[in-house]
Amino acid sequence: MKLIILENYSQASEWAAKYIRNRIVQFGPGPGRFFTLGLPTGLPRDHPESYHSFMWNNFFKHIDISPENVHILDGNAPDLQAECDAFEEKIKAAGGIELFVGGIGPDGHIAFNEPGSSLVSRTRVKTLAMDTILANARFFDGDLSKVPTMALTVGVGTVMDAREVMILITGAHKAFALYKAIEDGVNHMWTVSAFQQHLNTVFVCDEDATLELKVKTVKYFKGLMLVHNKLVEPLYSMKEMGAQRSQSKKPYSD
Amino acid sequence: MPSNKSVSDAPIVQFTNCRILRDHQLQREDLWVREGKILNPEKLFFDEKGSADIQLDCKDSIITPGFIDVQINGGFGVDFSLATDDFKAGIDLVSQKILSHGVTSFCPTLVTSPPSVYHQVLPQISVRNGGAHGAGVLGAHLEGPFISKEKKGAHPEHCLRTFEAGAFQDLLATYGTLDCVRIVTLAPEMRRSSEVIQELTKKGICVSLGHSVANLSQAEEAVQHGATFITHLFNAMLPFHHRDPGIVGLLTSDKIPAGRRVFYGMISDGIHTNPAALRIAHRAHPKGLVLVTDAIAGMGLAPGRHTLGQQVVEIDGLNTYIAGTKTLSGSVATMDTCVRHFQEATGCSVETALEAASLHPAQLLGIEHKKGTLNYDSDADFLMLNDNLYVQATYIAGEEVWRQDASGM
Repeated sequence: MKLIILENYSQASEWAAKYIRNRIVQFGPGPGRFFTLGLPTGLPRDHPESYHSFMWNNFFKHIDISPENVHILDGNAPDLQAECDAFEEKIKAAGGIELFVGGIGPDGHIAFNEPGSSLVSRTRVKTLAMDTILANARFFDGDLSKVPTMALTVGVGTVMDAREVMILITGAHKAFALYKAIEDGVNHMWTVSAFQQHLNTVFVCDEDATLELKVKTVKYFKGLMLVHNKLVEPLYSMKEMGAQRSQSKKPYSD
Repeated sequence: MPSNKSVSDAPIVQFTNCRILRDHQLQREDLWVREGKILNPEKLFFDEKGSADIQLDCKDSIITPGFIDVQINGGFGVDFSLATDDFKAGIDLVSQKILSHGVTSFCPTLVTSPPSVYHQVLPQISVRNGGAHGAGVLGAHLEGPFISKEKKGAHPEHCLRTFEAGAFQDLLATYGTLDCVRIVTLAPEMRRSSEVIQELTKKGICVSLGHSVANLSQAEEAVQHGATFITHLFNAMLPFHHRDPGIVGLLTSDKIPAGRRVFYGMISDGIHTNPAALRIAHRAHPKGLVLVTDAIAGMGLAPGRHTLGQQVVEIDGLNTYIAGTKTLSGSVATMDTCVRHFQEATGCSVETALEAASLHPAQLLGIEHKKGTLNYDSDADFLMLNDNLYVQATYIAGEEVWRQDASGM
């Protein structure tokens, strides 16, 4: 695991963005060679704050992605389990997920894999924990009865199959979950802990999120920042892609 | 990028690198247009899996809905109150020239005239969409002849009329036809005005109060019968008085029927209204302010003498008076000048100034579902402005119909 500790939310976001950019550029995508980015799913389709609107406004409208290269789990599909199975097939057909970027819930969940989810689960319909429903109430005018109680989600196992996983954790309210995820054992009550058994995981967090970690852990990883920052500097661009391809992808390994 | 559209094959244009006026704010968003209408890019992306065919870099321009001028008497030598042989050509000329002022829709206005003029001219005015040929015609604005003698302003006294004999029938006989009439300005203190106002409102014609000595109660009664506009506030009406605010009092009246809004036109050329008065009106009732030019034939031409219906007017700089008098008669201001002057004089936000010339006139005429905004599915009539609110390009139905460098105007 690489634990990247930045001072605040903006810096953590920027570091993560630069890292993802470098990863995409170094991958050298082109016609027939797609960089498959995995993201966790969210709210149902027909809501103004729907996941589709969220993704459009925060991501898709800012980039030049072709709509046919966007695959979002459809919560309105007639046969939900078939939709989930088809999604897994699409991932396989795309050559697997190159990089999965996700956050963590205060209860340590990744995507909607709530406490108790199998650590080898696949894409499926999942019941939501009360905490998650409460957290989502703000999207439904605070009316708990309107918040969906189920969601389609990629499974822990699905994410584990990605070649690299990046988890973004910011804020003091996530601190305990981060502690459980990286300093305690692998446990299905804190599903993010599953990534302790993944070859390539990057946790990007801000100072507040480290509040429950051992001072020793924080000092160790902060000390590695000089080395970790080489992953984001220099910042590569697609135009220079040809020249960089000959260099090795990473200057060191975990 | 190939587009794959299930709804329509028409080309999709994406205007990028711009700030658009939407939801009363300038937002950094792209503007998408297809088949002459503003397109919802999110629906295009997810439902149709489509994308843009053409992307245009707007170089950080401001994109605003096109301006709508509901009171313009002519321009460039053309006088809409003159029954000439080539009247239609006159409308065409003005509609084409005002594109450079940012006007994409307008109401050709006729001042008080003899019935013969109305009978000859009105059948030649038709509601039509704008395009490369010029701004769209929304319908005629008939200012008079049913107005007050005391407040006739530049209107010829011998043509003034009343409708106390036959009310609406008198009005219809005077004008000859009401097809393609969008707004009628009249003085509500005239006898039987309530019946006339009701009848006009029933026909979907906007009734405006102006050139009148009405007091506040008479004005309120007119509003209750359907009047929704005030023609050039402050001008040609009784001045505000603290015990009887007159028509001006409508801005803060509590007798306006629920759900209705009274709009008022203002000529913000720096001459018709003192900036302080403009500010008072704006602060009292900001959502009702509609910028109009009240432009006359001399607009766009060199100073000198021109006609305004039956009268001769003299232009000296920005001032336009009845020849030999100090009576103001229309203006030579252009709509974009009015927008800039309004913004400077009131210190209001750019968004407010732009909406006073686009959203508010559209709301007045009840057409805001398709004009006056950049909302999805609205007509794609819009302008590109620089930061100083000078028009750089004009678009109607998504097509560029005027550009700054091309014509050099």
